[in-house]
Amino acid sequence: MSHEHRDDTGARFGMWLFLYTEVILFSGLFLLYGVAVTKYTDAYILASNKLNVWFGAVNTVVLLTSSLTIALAITAIQRNRIRTCINLCVVTIALAILFLINKYFEWSHEISLGIYPASETLLEMGPGVASFFNLYYFTAGLHGLHVLIGATLIGVVAVLVARGKVTSDRYVLLENSALYWHLVDLVWIFLFPLYYLII
Amino acid sequence: MSEEKHEPVPYRTFILTWVALLVLTVITVAVAQVDLGALNIWVALSVASCKSALVLLIFMHLKQETLLFKIGLLIMIVILAIFIGLTFTDVLYREVLP
Repeated sequence: MSHEHRDDTGARFGMWLFLYTEVILFSGLFLLYGVAVTKYTDAYILASNKLNVWFGAVNTVVLLTSSLTIALAITAIQRNRIRTCINLCVVTIALAILFLINKYFEWSHEISLGIYPASETLLEMGPGVASFFNLYYFTAGLHGLHVLIGATLIGVVAVLVARGKVTSDRYVLLENSALYWHLVDLVWIFLFPLYYLII
Repeated sequence: MSEEKHEPVPYRTFILTWVALLVLTVITVAVAQVDLGALNIWVALSVASCKSALVLLIFMHLKQETLLFKIGLLIMIVILAIFIGLTFTDVLYREVLP
């Protein structure tokens, strides 16, 4: 019998360490926001009102629900309900795609109004509004990239579950992908009120 | 590190957490419709912190993890608080200087 090196707790802790660096990455952007909002408070409120709260609110519900489905997928695999686990992964990916479609319509609308980095409309609105939208596009864009990566990761894990490589006995890969997905949710939990809800 | 298996968290716990998160979302959107001045941002951040706590402790299984995971997160939060706090000691008092 070959002795296999395996440390699931260590693997999870490694993932948490990586997530700390992700938090630091996004915190830099939130810090820029914090500094700019104290300098250009009125312009930030004006700019925030140009965003559609409902796009943001719907996407919040979509992401919270996807966090639920991936959390349920872990319970499913622990209970050896392989079919349920795969279905929950598929629902999570579908919700991720829904989030991105919603984002596409939101950004298309804003771009049609002439609001995009370095546009003439933004230059006319002054440095405060311009800094809000530059930061908004960069933070939401980086977050969107994470949605894409997270969904891909969950897709790969779902295939491995289907092939019996990720099982009720070893599912740390699913756990770590889920942790990444929850981080995407956590970033949105702060992004949504700061960009869409300030009045 | 030990290879202990976590007990599966019941579906019910996750669904209740999700309901709580939706309720908090409704609260944060509702509060944003009323002008409370500077208080708005603090309410929004408090609600966001509560939501994060739920996601971290329950969805991310932090409650079940060993002390190491909890201390790790705490250290990260302290580091965040230091670098955000120190930045603001500069930004907020910069106008005093010529």
